[in-house]
Amino acid sequence: MASTATSSLTVPAGSARAAHRLAGVRGVWWRRFWLLREWAMVGLIKLCGISSILFVTAIFLFILCEGLPFLRMGHGIHEFFATSDWYPTSQNPTFGILSLMVGTGAVTILAMLFAVPFGLATAVLISEFCSRRVRETLKIVVELLAAVPSVVWGFIGLKMLGPVIVRFTGADTGVNALNAGLIVGLMSVPIVVSIGEDALRAVPDTFREAAEALGATRWQMVRKVLFPAARSGLLAAALLGVGRAIGETMAVLMCTGQSIAMPIDGAFPYLHPLSSVGTMTATIASELGEVEAGGLHYRALFLLGSVLFLMTFIVNLTADLIVRGIRGKK
Amino acid sequence: MSDPADIPAKALFVATPAVRRRLRSQRVAVVCLSLASLAIFLPLAAVLIGLVKKALPALTWEFIVDVPRKGMTAGGIWPALVGTLYFVTLSLLAAAPIGILAGIYLNEFARDNWLTRVINLAVVNLSGVPSIVHALFGVAAFVIMLRWGQSIRAASATLAVMVLPVIIVATKEALSAVPRSFREACWNVGATRWQTIRTVVLPNSIGGILTGVILAVSRAAGETAPIMVTGAIFYKVVARGDLFPYSINEQGMALSYHLYQISRNVPNMPESMLYATALVLVVFVLAFNSVATVLRVRLRRRKKW
Repeated sequence: MASTATSSLTVPAGSARAAHRLAGVRGVWWRRFWLLREWAMVGLIKLCGISSILFVTAIFLFILCEGLPFLRMGHGIHEFFATSDWYPTSQNPTFGILSLMVGTGAVTILAMLFAVPFGLATAVLISEFCSRRVRETLKIVVELLAAVPSVVWGFIGLKMLGPVIVRFTGADTGVNALNAGLIVGLMSVPIVVSIGEDALRAVPDTFREAAEALGATRWQMVRKVLFPAARSGLLAAALLGVGRAIGETMAVLMCTGQSIAMPIDGAFPYLHPLSSVGTMTATIASELGEVEAGGLHYRALFLLGSVLFLMTFIVNLTADLIVRGIRGKK
Repeated sequence: MSDPADIPAKALFVATPAVRRRLRSQRVAVVCLSLASLAIFLPLAAVLIGLVKKALPALTWEFIVDVPRKGMTAGGIWPALVGTLYFVTLSLLAAAPIGILAGIYLNEFARDNWLTRVINLAVVNLSGVPSIVHALFGVAAFVIMLRWGQSIRAASATLAVMVLPVIIVATKEALSAVPRSFREACWNVGATRWQTIRTVVLPNSIGGILTGVILAVSRAAGETAPIMVTGAIFYKVVARGDLFPYSINEQGMALSYHLYQISRNVPNMPESMLYATALVLVVFVLAFNSVATVLRVRLRRRKKW
C-alpha cells in the first residue's frame, strides 16, 4: 500500500509543518506558546520515562549509604556475614546475619517445595488441558490468590493454619518454618503459574502439531516436547517464585515465630521444619520501628537491607534475562 | 496376505495395547494435574469460607463506622479504614501521573536501544524489590532526609514508589494495543507527538490504563511493611464517622497495620473482630481487583479494531 509508505516518511516532518501552518493562522505568540508546551510535555515524558531507573538506583544508594558506615563502627565485615549471633540489643551487641540467612533460606526452600510443583502443574493444566472457559476461570482464581494482601496471609497462617499444624504434628507452637513455608508457597504460586504458562505458551504450535502427528498423546507431548522446549522459561518461573519468597515480609513476620537463634544444631546440619526461625525481612520489619536513627543497630538493619536488595536483585535479574532470551528467540 | 477390504472396519480402528497404555498414563497425568491445582485452590476456598463464617458475628454497620474502644477490643475500624483511603489516594496522586507518563515514554518514544533495555530492567527489578526494602528507603529518604518525619505523606510517598511499576507496565500494555495506523493518521494531518498522544492514543487506551491504576490501588491498600515504619500508627483518637480526621503531616491508622497489630500485639482480642477486620481488608482489596478484571475482560470483548 502506497499510503503506509508515505506516512512513515512524513512522520518526522509532521510537527514542524503543523507548527508553520498554525503560525499562519494564529500568530507568532500562539506558536511560541504551543511549541513550548510541546517541548515541555515531551521533556516531562522523557523524565518520567527514566524515573524507574532513578528510583531503583536511589533505593540502592540510600540504603547502602545508611548501611555501610556500620562496618566502620567496630563491627567488621567478618562478624556481619560469617557469624550467626544476632543480638542487637544486648549489653555487648553482636550482629551476625548467618542465622537470618539460613532462616530465609529455610522458608524459601519449604515454600518452593510447595509452589514449584503445584504451580507448574497448574500452569500445564491451564495451558494444555483446559477448555477456554475453564482456563479463564482458573486464571481469575489465580489472580485472586495474588490479590490477597500479605498481612492477611500472615493472619491466616497465625490464626487458621497454626492450630492445624499443632493438631497434626503435635508441635509446641503453630508458628514455625513449616507454617511460613506453606503460606509463602501459596503466595508464590500465582507468579509461578503465570510465568510458567507464558513459557509454555511461547512454544510454537508447530511443535505440538508435529508431536500429535506422530501419534503422541497430549501428556506425551507435554512431557517429551513442551518440557524440554520450555525448560528455561519454567526455570525463570521458579526463580521469580524464589525472589518473591525471599522478599516476603509481613506473612513471614507473623508466621515464623521470630526466634533469631541459629536454627541449625552446631555440627549436625539439619533444620527441623517445626523449629521457629527468624528471617532477614522479618527481622528488619520487627526491629526498624524501635531503633534510633543513625545508631549502630539502625545501620546494621540498613546493611541487612542492602544484602536483601542485592539477593532479590540478582534472582530477578537472572529470571528476567532468561525470559527475555526466550522472547528474543521467538 | 489378506486383502485390506476383508478386515472389518471396526478392527482397523481398535487401539493396540500400547496405545491403551499411553492413553491410561495420560488419564493418570490429567488427574494428578487436576489434584495439584485443587491443592492450591481448595485451601484458598477453605480460608475464604472460614474467614467469612467467623467474621459474620462481628460484621455490622456499627463495626465499620465506629472507632476502636477499650484498647481495640471493642468498637469498630473507622479510623483505620479512612486512614487506608488516605494512604491509597495520596500514593496514587503521586504514582499515577509519573507511571502513566513513564508508560507513554516506553511505548511511544523509546527506541530499541540500551537505555530502553535498562529502563525495562529497572521496572522489573523495582517490582521485585522486597516491600521491607521499600520501607527502609522510605525511612532514609522521606522520613529522615526530607525531614517529613513519620507521617502520612512519607508513607504515601513510599507506597507510590512501590506501586509505580504496576502502573507503568499496565499503561505500556494498554498503549501498545492501539494500532500504529491510528497514530500515523494523526501525524499525517500535522499533529505533533504530544497532540497525537493526547487526542488519539490516550482516549483509545484509557480503559487499560485505568485497569492498571485500579490494580495499584488494591496493591497499595494491602501493603503493610512499607507503612509500618514510615507513617502508620497503632491508635489515634478520631471522631466516629469523621471523613477527614488526619492531616498529612501526622501519622494515621491503616487497615492493614491495624490487622497486624490486633492479631499479634493486643491481648484478649475477640476472635470475631479479628476475622471481621481481615475480611473487610480482603473485600476492600478484592473489590478493586474484580473491577479491574471485569473492566479488562469487557474491553477485550468490545475492542473496535
